Amino acid sequence: MKELWDMFLTFARIGGLTFGGGYAMLPMLQREVVEKHGWATEEELADYYAIGQCTPGVIAVNTATFIGYRQAGMVGGIFATMGVVFPSIVIITVIAAFLTNFADLKVIQYAFEGIRVCVCVLIFNAVQKLWKKSVVDQPTMAIFLLVFLVSAGLAVAQSFYPELFSVSPMVYVVVAGVAGVLLHGGNGKKEV
Amino acid sequence: MILIRLFCEFFKAGLFAIGGGLATLPFLQEISQTTGWFSQQDLLDLIAISESTPGAIGVNAATYAGYHTYGLAGGIVATLGLIAPSIIIIILVSKVLEKFKESSLVQHIFYGLRPASTGLIAAAGFSVVLATLVSVTDLPSDPAGACNWFGILLAAALYTAIKKWNRHPVVYIAASAVIGIAAGYLHMFE
Repeated sequence: MKELWDMFLTFARIGGLTFGGGYAMLPMLQREVVEKHGWATEEELADYYAIGQCTPGVIAVNTATFIGYRQAGMVGGIFATMGVVFPSIVIITVIAAFLTNFADLKVIQYAFEGIRVCVCVLIFNAVQKLWKKSVVDQPTMAIFLLVFLVSAGLAVAQSFYPELFSVSPMVYVVVAGVAGVLLHGGNGKKEV
Repeated sequence: MILIRLFCEFFKAGLFAIGGGLATLPFLQEISQTTGWFSQQDLLDLIAISESTPGAIGVNAATYAGYHTYGLAGGIVATLGLIAPSIIIIILVSKVLEKFKESSLVQHIFYGLRPASTGLIAAAGFSVVLATLVSVTDLPSDPAGACNWFGILLAAALYTAIKKWNRHPVVYIAASAVIGIAAGYLHMFE
């Protein structure tokens, strides 16, 4: 019971302190889940994010369910997930009830001029950590560069041509999975 | 009765929105049009509020829309509806993975998935950087004016601080919020 409660509180802290959605949650997860509690490794976090991208639903919720389930079975998955959404329910209900002009308040807008910059830096730092664990040789380097350049390139192109097509993250994930089998499955049967 | 429908509508959004929180928005739009529970204006408020409060954007949006439909109970039921498919699917996926964890095929797949996952997160981060620090569409005509110099300086300072002290991320977020507020009231954004 203590472990479940601990998990609920940890994920409530992660949910309540993350600004900017699923990707911005990565630095919090690295700190709380990998470094503090050891519930998952950096590699496993990358795996969960990859799976979270091609399964339906909110990435933060998917990741919480994964870690909770791995740690304490189905009940663990439910506790971790309830933890990560709990702060949202409380904060959003209060805002919807009392502060409908919340996002228009000058002080909030100014605070977010700073917070948005911080989120950029935190994500950059989180990607560096993840990069060290996932880009381990030339084939993984090639996969990383290809996904990054195509995905980021399309995002830039879209800011000039808003009507341009976009590629679902699921496509990258499926192609990369196949590439992993072809590039790694072929060269001997060595362990990952 | 409306609570059951609310649960079902958000369950559908949770089941079919693939690729994270913002992918739920088209579904919310559809709910707004077919049920009239909340207006398009509510949706705009909802996006602004979801992005400027902590937590997953899809979850925040569901709570807000649910609250507008049926008060506190509505907010809770909509959120539970949104996350129920995730819980079921992820637990099933975990069970399958556990079974085949040792299989070399699964290990090869993850060998390819990890750098792709990192690449996608890096690209998402890159988009956030562009949206925050540089305006790409203004860059060709006015390179200096397209840069958010306040943001670039703050980012450099934050990065140095993170590398030096490695504190909990919330420390840097709180500091940045205070700096943003101070800069705002000192008219640095005008």
